[in-house]
Amino acid sequence: MTEVSMTVNGKAVKADVPDNTLLVQYIREHLRLTGTHVGCDTSQCGACVVHVDGKAMKSCTMLAAAADGAEVTTIEGIADNDLHPMQTAFKENHGLQCGFCTPGMIMTATDMVKRYQADGLELTEDAIRHELEGNICRCTGYHNIVKAIADGASKMTSA
Amino acid sequence: MYETKYHKASSVADAVSLIGKSDDGKLLSGGQTLVPTMKARLAAPSDLVDVSGIADMHGVSISGSTVTIGAATTHADVAGNADLQAKCGGVACLAAGIGDPAVRHKGTIGGSIANNDPAADYPAAMLALGATIKTNAREIAADDFFVGMFETALEDDEVIVSVSFDAPAKAAYAKFPNPASRYAMVGVFAAQTADGARVAVTGAGSDGVYRQSDMEAALDGDWSPDVLSGVQVGSEGLLSDIHGDATYRANLVKVMARRAVAGCA
Ligand SMILES: Cc1cc2nc3c(=O)[nH]c(=O)nc-3n(C[C@H](O)[C@H](O)[C@H](O)COP(=O)(O)OP(=O)(O)OC[C@H]3O[C@@H](n4cnc5c(N)ncnc54)[C@H](O)[C@@H]3O)c2cc1C
Ligand code: FES
Ligand code: FES
Repeated sequence: MTEVSMTVNGKAVKADVPDNTLLVQYIREHLRLTGTHVGCDTSQCGACVVHVDGKAMKSCTMLAAAADGAEVTTIEGIADNDLHPMQTAFKENHGLQCGFCTPGMIMTATDMVKRYQADGLELTEDAIRHELEGNICRCTGYHNIVKAIADGASKMTSA
Repeated sequence: MYETKYHKASSVADAVSLIGKSDDGKLLSGGQTLVPTMKARLAAPSDLVDVSGIADMHGVSISGSTVTIGAATTHADVAGNADLQAKCGGVACLAAGIGDPAVRHKGTIGGSIANNDPAADYPAAMLALGATIKTNAREIAADDFFVGMFETALEDDEVIVSVSFDAPAKAAYAKFPNPASRYAMVGVFAAQTADGARVAVTGAGSDGVYRQSDMEAALDGDWSPDVLSGVQVGSEGLLSDIHGDATYRANLVKVMARRAVAGCA
């Protein structure tokens, strides 16, 4: 067992967990934040993406112990009150069907928008598609996800 | 995942000591290969020694023509390093094409070359650039480092600290990614170095990364994509799997080599 402490969605949390606990298990099973999903066991689907110290990472591919001291943001923590602009954009653009991939898509989307804005780069449709390499959706066929991210990006800029 | 004991190393010396004391321990860097392998129960290390927080193993530094990259530097940090983009864009570009953004935020160059996956990208760059791999104990030339599929010259418990290479006059990487995994079906890194042309191929060889010496000889005569049309690439010794047979890969080697040379800056 290892004692881990981190900040999750702005709140300090601490627990004694077995060393082989994945960050996603800690988030879902200990903290009961079940918005972060597990869609595969091969680190390929992106349903589990959260932000660790401000960067998108697959919470199924890191240990909770390795996130000790980190600042973690999950889908539950991105909106100030109602919906984050990216969530609104997914809703308005029909960027989801079953919704299983959506938390990971949105965490990946907000990460890419922040990076492109910081680097002063234009987030083109091609760039969005390239950035979505690690997120799989079995329902939508991606077109509306790409539209939603473009819309969410402009909503984030004007917000 | 089987049980394990996690340790966070504070320095290279600490990592060497922790791994030495462990029963059957493994170093953990970005975990983008080791964690999936452990989840699949294909690895069951007694201990994990996390090197990702060791400050001395981070960052890209350039002094004169020598580029040094700390082993725990993430793919994203290599890809985004402006000095490296200017000095050796081929390496930055290669890093930007590994996996996906989340993998690049976590995965590291040290983990990639230690693992020596036959379809990994970095081994091709290290071999083509004639890089030196520096460990806690010694320096190993890339030509001696990549021994075979998933095999390197590293001793048990040896820690890669950094890699360094002389910036080439020109270099570029061209990769044909497997559409599902994004690993290289075939990737070719071509470099015009002080020792002449060097061409390294990943994804194709059944013994892992290798140098395509007849292409190097042709490029020494004339550095142009067209000169490669005259070079025969045989299929013996190349991988055949569900993604493509050896003949298909042999053709891809040629196509990717042409693209790499054409893309050289
Ligand atoms: C979805 C996905 C897609 C990917 N796509 C690609 C791709 O397109 N191209 C590609 O090249 N790779 C790809 N990868 C692999 C990725 O690049 C990994 O980051 C890399 O292979 C391993 O680096 P790591 O830092 O994560 O190492 P880890 O997983 O932490 O370790 C890997 C191995 O290296 C050893 N090790 C780690 N650090 C050191 C050190 N300093 N000294 C000695 N030994 C060490 C470990 O003990 C372990 O055996 C992908 C991975 C995933 C999950
Ligand atoms: S659950 Fe993490 S990548 Fe699929
Ligand atoms: S909406 Fe169903 S998996 Fe994406």
